[in-house]
Amino acid sequence: MKPIIKLLLEGGSLGTAQMAQVLNLSEAEVNRQMEELKSQRVLLGFRPVLNLAQEDSGVVRAVIEVRITPERGGGFNRLAERISRFDEVESCFLMSGGYDLLVFVNGASLQRVAAFVSEKLSTLEGVLSTATHFMLRSYKEQGFMLDVKTEDAERLKVTP
Amino acid sequence: MDSSRYIAKHVINLPKSGIRDFFEIVSKMKDVISLGIGEPDFDTPWHIREAGIYALEKGKTHYTSNLGLIELRRAISKYVDKNYAASYRPEDEIIITVGVSEALDLACRALINPGDKVMFHQPCYVSYSPSITLTHGIAVPVPTFAKDNFALTVEALRAAWQPGCKLLMLNLPCNPTGGTCDRVQIEAIAKFAVEKDLIVLSDEIYSELTFEGVHTSIASIPGMKERTIFLHGFSKAFAMTGWRIGYACGPAALIEAMMKVHQYSMLCASIISQEAAIEALVRGEDAMKKMRDQYHRRRDFIVRRFNEIGLKCHLPRGSFYAFPDISATGLSEIFFAVGLLQAEKVAMVPGTAFGANGSGFCRACFATSYEQLIEASNRIERHVQLLATKK
Repeated sequence: MKPIIKLLLEGGSLGTAQMAQVLNLSEAEVNRQMEELKSQRVLLGFRPVLNLAQEDSGVVRAVIEVRITPERGGGFNRLAERISRFDEVESCFLMSGGYDLLVFVNGASLQRVAAFVSEKLSTLEGVLSTATHFMLRSYKEQGFMLDVKTEDAERLKVTP
Repeated sequence: MDSSRYIAKHVINLPKSGIRDFFEIVSKMKDVISLGIGEPDFDTPWHIREAGIYALEKGKTHYTSNLGLIELRRAISKYVDKNYAASYRPEDEIIITVGVSEALDLACRALINPGDKVMFHQPCYVSYSPSITLTHGIAVPVPTFAKDNFALTVEALRAAWQPGCKLLMLNLPCNPTGGTCDRVQIEAIAKFAVEKDLIVLSDEIYSELTFEGVHTSIASIPGMKERTIFLHGFSKAFAMTGWRIGYACGPAALIEAMMKVHQYSMLCASIISQEAAIEALVRGEDAMKKMRDQYHRRRDFIVRRFNEIGLKCHLPRGSFYAFPDISATGLSEIFFAVGLLQAEKVAMVPGTAFGANGSGFCRACFATSYEQLIEASNRIERHVQLLATKK
């Protein structure tokens, strides 16, 4: 794995200048490598990990198990990509087991999510069935605990 | 009444820890970036903590046998055999202790007669010399040098040896220097130990944190198992410093002697820590490697920065300490460390806290975040530049 990728995974919220210091590169080179990763579709983007439960924005999240018909010459890919393009879809995965696609959906309300499933998702040619599960509460997101305060463990300032 | 007159002479004569003095200064200051903390910045991996919690829930709150849980000793036997190429019987060649510190203390108390001489390489961990003195032994320091990347050489051993030397303490990789020895050097030390009929106490607490090459334990060298007490633990590799759990492996007769002391002083190590340690050995390798890889990258960064700043620093092959030479500033290590602390609020421990051979050096622990290391190195650079203008 390239040093810059290891640092992205490990380095928390380091800025480009700090990354350059750690990697012993110029900032220009760090930017160039980042652009290269983007063009190679290794680095897809950056998103903050937010706990929106405390906001009044009323985001409703659901996980939908989708069974689809695989297509000759394309397998599941064409339909999975078509489903993924909807703005409501946050993530889409091909799964082993009793269904084919696991789709994470966000909506402004329960009704909006239900409408998306019934009007947009289920109606797609090739979709055999859907099973929608609404998220009630999040405990951990992308490696961050939600309700547990992460305080730095207290360490003595000097120890042998 | 002056109760201090009741204190035993050998305790009165014990020199105060240089670390303690420095700690007193640092603890009075706020917002210090400390590169002086000799422990991992990671918390113990959750699965290990969870094993300890589960043990409590299951009611595991009682004494264990003096030697420790047999399940843990079996796990240690397997782990040491696989990673150190040294085989020890769980039944009578392994003892579980309250940290490696207690294992070292037990070995000293079990083996040192008053007046016995004990060799140890310096700069070194603060406890080695006091451990010898507290058991009425005579400490015989063996210098290590920057020109050798602080590896222990047979030449230095030979120059320091004197009649009456009974034990040789090793700590490889070393706190504070990060120095270690390759297989050829270890074989040479082993040959010397056999020649001089020394028992080796080998503290290998940082061995998993070896970044280049393969760590060689002196216990694995043919002929050495019978004269080596292998000391190890969980504090550094598995981030379990506060759990106070370690172990010693050695010939049954020596382990039995250590157990005799242990049974009267400690009785047994904490059962919770022992249960958690089993989890660490059986399922902790992935988490340990992740931490080690991070230390490796941080080491590369901070050593490069010290050299860029003009503080010559060798690349430590193991541990999480860098040992830069600060003598180019013209200051003693104590003046430099205190001045850096006061001017830039960065703490590094003066090298003389680890023995006279630490003169001219400071110890920087890189077991801390990149943000802290970057900021600390920038502040050190500013301070060194300021000192240069004042020359």
